[in-house]
Amino acid sequence: MQKTEQVQYNRAGQKIVSPEYLLFEAPRTKHFMTGSEVVKEAVKRSSVDASVSYPITPQSEAAHMIGELWVEGYVGVYFRGESEFGVMSEIAGCAMAGARTITTTSGPGTLRAMENFPMWAGSRLPIQLVLMARGINSPLSIQPDNLEVSFLLDTGCMIWHAETAQELFDMIIAGFVVAEQPDVHVPIITVIDGFFISHTREAVMLPPDDIALPPYNPYKAPMPPIDMEMSPGRFLRDPYVMKSNYISYATHTSWQFEVRAAIERSRPYAKHLLRGLIEEFGDPEGEIVFVASGTAAAQAKEATQILIHEEGIKARVVRLKTLRPFPTQELIQAVQGAKYIFVPEFNVVGWLEREVRRALYGHVDIPVIGSPRVAGGMTMPPEFIVKEILQFLGKEVKHVV
Amino acid sequence: MSFKIFKINEDLKEFMPQEIIDLEEKATWGNPKRGVMDLPYSKELLEEHSLCAGCPESAAFRYILASLPNPEDTIIVNSTGCTSLVFPHIALHTVHSLFGNQSAIASGIKRTLEWRFPDKVKDVIVLAGDGAVVDIGLDCTLQAFFRQEKITTICFDNEVYANTGGQESGMTVKGHVFKMAPKGKQWDKVPMWQLAIDSGCHYVARLTVSSPKRVEQVIKKAIYVAREVGPTYVHLYTPCILEIGLNSDDGLEEMRRTDKERFKFFEYMTDAAKEVIERKKKEGLI
Repeated sequence: MQKTEQVQYNRAGQKIVSPEYLLFEAPRTKHFMTGSEVVKEAVKRSSVDASVSYPITPQSEAAHMIGELWVEGYVGVYFRGESEFGVMSEIAGCAMAGARTITTTSGPGTLRAMENFPMWAGSRLPIQLVLMARGINSPLSIQPDNLEVSFLLDTGCMIWHAETAQELFDMIIAGFVVAEQPDVHVPIITVIDGFFISHTREAVMLPPDDIALPPYNPYKAPMPPIDMEMSPGRFLRDPYVMKSNYISYATHTSWQFEVRAAIERSRPYAKHLLRGLIEEFGDPEGEIVFVASGTAAAQAKEATQILIHEEGIKARVVRLKTLRPFPTQELIQAVQGAKYIFVPEFNVVGWLEREVRRALYGHVDIPVIGSPRVAGGMTMPPEFIVKEILQFLGKEVKHVV
Repeated sequence: MSFKIFKINEDLKEFMPQEIIDLEEKATWGNPKRGVMDLPYSKELLEEHSLCAGCPESAAFRYILASLPNPEDTIIVNSTGCTSLVFPHIALHTVHSLFGNQSAIASGIKRTLEWRFPDKVKDVIVLAGDGAVVDIGLDCTLQAFFRQEKITTICFDNEVYANTGGQESGMTVKGHVFKMAPKGKQWDKVPMWQLAIDSGCHYVARLTVSSPKRVEQVIKKAIYVAREVGPTYVHLYTPCILEIGLNSDDGLEEMRRTDKERFKFFEYMTDAAKEVIERKKKEGLI
């Protein structure tokens, strides 16, 4: 007897397919688009229930286009909030009421909204935030920089860093799936370096737009949705919240550990859907190893090509796709055989250098050099990276930067 | 769903605490005519409370919860302060997330529930103190009014930050001495009810909770209007007897005194709100 398959459709009339089919199997066609346009394409295929927006450069365009999807019937709820603080609370309300949600922000907006992010994590809301990084006002800047990521690292949210528009597309779809796993169920922040990815065009391979992710099922969540469809579980004579006693402290502590443990439990799902938490590029024997994420990794790859082919220096890149969870074991394995580890970054504090040092400490004895590092809108041409390496190694610098 | 979510599995009934069994057997579900007159006979949706003895806020909580026309489909969003201590005692879906974001959270919940359950009435209520509604959360409060969110906002005004130990708030009366205002407050009480009118609320009321029946009327009007027309605002005086040096049996007298002065009953409604209220009165629901 022939096996029959029931075809199901979401509320926008798209055929529901498995995440694996959407990400790995569906035929893809080539398009030429910006990172902002790619956000629209990903949201269109993700059966999104709600999005709330607020203008700030460089994420505004992506937020406009989610609004277009709302008009077209692909997104259920959409409006402009009053500020990033308001927006991140409004989107939290949507998620509490059982919606699959996505929002976007950049730079100073991230810090305006800051109080919300640990609240999202503590409330176990699988909200997706697309962060188009632009740095923060110190002083005013609207240029490429990813300083705000440093502030997000300890919010209890998962954080992934895409290198290209293509990867952003795939990460947004995978992000919903991983964040909504019942044993994960924490927010997911998908980061790109603003302008570099949001405002430049590249070739992107997209599956058809008449297929989409299965809708979110809030009744699989570890916390009941706030919709009065399930019995309220909080009717207590003597609630332990905000009490000054040992049980209250222990509860709060274990809750915070549990949020971090949930991020750890995301590893196998992320590894499956992202095809690994890290990517290795270049000469596997490379003695110079760049550990980087996002656009800095893209630039390090270019520099690696120059070092290998023009300077005869064995070099390679270990690109981190996820920052939370941090791919510690993968990194320790990947840097074996390195002589020097360089961490190129687009921010003044070197948050990735700190992370790398912490992960490697006591495991490998390789010098970690937080360089090159640019900020406030400076670019990082591959030649600039090459120059740093050559100078460090005491070699002649032929390229003029 | 329905009040059936409060039904207890028969096999587990013998293990359930009495207050949960009472919720199923003696609470008033599925009856929009429920009200404060049921209080002596039915199970309240509040199980004890953690406020001070004689706190008028506890009376306000009891009257409001008894007056909800649709408790089986009502969500209450609250904020930080004395009120937040009470929410775990309430038998409904409630949210506490941050100090001052209650109207934003409620906006997201209301819009999502309308999208998820287009054929059902889900009432969303913001219930928070004067610090949350008027000071730290004023932006979110007014913006929700501007956006015409179909939410009822109830402010418990005790004219002070009571839970943190008695500091001046925007709702403190000019001249009153509190912590952080050691020379007395230098500026007037914020006319929040007027701001609510100017910001687009369709029904606004200001009163004390000295009269349970009147609280019931106001709450029902505010919820029915919010359901059909747009934002509504109820400003209740719930004095902090502790911070103004009164005894636990003085709360009612304090409210009766202010009934005649700065909390004299005040009600405003737009034509659209009036139509709803008249209709609900005819239906015997108010």
